[in-house]
Amino acid sequence: MSNLAVLPILIPLLSGIIAALMNRKQRAVRVFSTIMMLVNLGVTAYIGWYVFQNGPVILETGGWKAPYGIILVGDMLAILLVITTNIIGLACVFFAPKSLSEKQESFYFYTFFFMLISGVSGAFLTGDLFNLFVFFEVLLMASYGLITLGGEKVQFRESIKYVLINLFSSILFVTVVSFLYSVVGTVNMAQIADRVQDVEQKGILTTIGILLFFVFATKAAVFPLYYWLPKSYVVPNPVVSALFGALLTKVGIYSILRMFTIIFVHEVDLTHQLFLWLAALTMVFGVVGALSTNNIKLIVTYNIIPAVGFMLMGIGIFTEVSIAGTVYYLIHDMVVKGALFLLVGAIAYLAGTSDLRKMHGLIHHYPVIGWLFFIACITLAGIPPFSGFIGKILLLKGGLAQDQIFIVIIGLITSLLILFSMIRIFIQGFWGEKDESFQPDKPKARAFAWPIGFLVFFSVFLGVGAEFVYPIVDEISNTLLDPSIYIESVLKE
Amino acid sequence: MEIVTSILSGILFATGIYNLLQKQLLRIIIGTALMSHGAHLFILTMGKLKRGKPPIIVEGVENYVDPLPQALILTSIVISFGVTSFLLVLAYRASRLNGTDNMEELRGNENE
Repeated sequence: MSNLAVLPILIPLLSGIIAALMNRKQRAVRVFSTIMMLVNLGVTAYIGWYVFQNGPVILETGGWKAPYGIILVGDMLAILLVITTNIIGLACVFFAPKSLSEKQESFYFYTFFFMLISGVSGAFLTGDLFNLFVFFEVLLMASYGLITLGGEKVQFRESIKYVLINLFSSILFVTVVSFLYSVVGTVNMAQIADRVQDVEQKGILTTIGILLFFVFATKAAVFPLYYWLPKSYVVPNPVVSALFGALLTKVGIYSILRMFTIIFVHEVDLTHQLFLWLAALTMVFGVVGALSTNNIKLIVTYNIIPAVGFMLMGIGIFTEVSIAGTVYYLIHDMVVKGALFLLVGAIAYLAGTSDLRKMHGLIHHYPVIGWLFFIACITLAGIPPFSGFIGKILLLKGGLAQDQIFIVIIGLITSLLILFSMIRIFIQGFWGEKDESFQPDKPKARAFAWPIGFLVFFSVFLGVGAEFVYPIVDEISNTLLDPSIYIESVLKE
Repeated sequence: MEIVTSILSGILFATGIYNLLQKQLLRIIIGTALMSHGAHLFILTMGKLKRGKPPIIVEGVENYVDPLPQALILTSIVISFGVTSFLLVLAYRASRLNGTDNMEELRGNENE
């Protein structure tokens, strides 16, 4: 039964290879990809149910005992994130044929897509630091392939920056892993956590912790390391942007969450004070960026950054309530960002421009897209009863309980400005006079609406069905704050 | 010995960063290659040097060097090789399409 943990990585990997082999039959690849995503979602949902019943699934690959081989740890947090990844992946598979051109699709889009899903799932499931680096590289390589798909001038310019910054942070990651190896003599996360308590030089461990945080903060776009993100997420195809915006930064946040709840938990004053400051700055700068532009894709891209700030704030406050808020907000943000990127991609395609000043009165032509966009907007801003509200209320509660008034105020103002920046698109783009000369593309809009509606439904369910989701999240935050549970379940002492 | 290799990998890092901050694409790529050399040398150093024979099991040998850093380096080498080859092709295509290899002159319209 412990072999279950490898399936979310293995199924997409094999699907990607098979999709590459049958690349000449484009229609067959589409059908095959859809079926495989459905299968993968079913399998991960089953694993989620199994983990919920019987505790974490731990696979010692190759039959080597715990600290010697690579360990895959499917605990509830990892499995929940893998399920969310697959939900977004399914929506993107349905959306892809409608938004990609024939040429782009035939250039191995589905292979790269499956490799990305496989890498993200692997990064969520692994229990080994160097293996985490390898899975980071798997998902980054796939994202390099996706970001250059299409090959226009502007894409080349932005993808060079994207590849360089990620290559730099990967090199830094390897260096930091070797630092940690020289201090504790292992790369298995549970064993590192076990040995960190016995190391005398606490100073060097804090240094390594902050270095690791900077590596993951580069991946997750925390201030001051977010400057590569906005434009490189605007230039690729909407499907690709949705995958990136929903998954890539969240892997960085997940890694920070894991590192600072399992390994670096003995000297928290300095690091978590740093997190709170960076979280506040991240929120402010992200929102300022979102308010500064009239390009609808760029507005949504800048909105990734304050969300990352919110999650970092929960890690910085570091109580049970705030960690639960971080986890809840992580899941909500993955789903709603996926939906929003697909929405602005659809709006830009249907209106023929991504400039806000050139569109008005779209609600007369595309009512379904308009209302879906409205729901996604207020979900993102955190209006009850939708899902953003519950994550934020937990975060703010945790902040107030710890007397972190400043960051709570910043968070509330940020929420207001996020709502303002998003609703601006709705007011300027959808309201206004009906443009009689405009030729609407109704069938295309209907085709776009299905996968978007699927994601919006999920994000509404996360809010309205909070009593189903919250107990799971609460249990996750309890296990996260007690690292000995993780260590004992892996090392089985 | 560890001091010498640490200083050497530090120098590699410094030259790599200096090259990363240049304007020419090819120099930037050379910079990333130098940085990954520095990182690999660093992993080897952190596994401690000169502790024994190569890690191949032979009769009568007591001390071997640490095999784990070597495996990590081997993995990291092939990954950075793959990324560097991709980056070279990307730089070639970008410079052909834009007619320049200067990072500051790469243009393109975002609102298309």
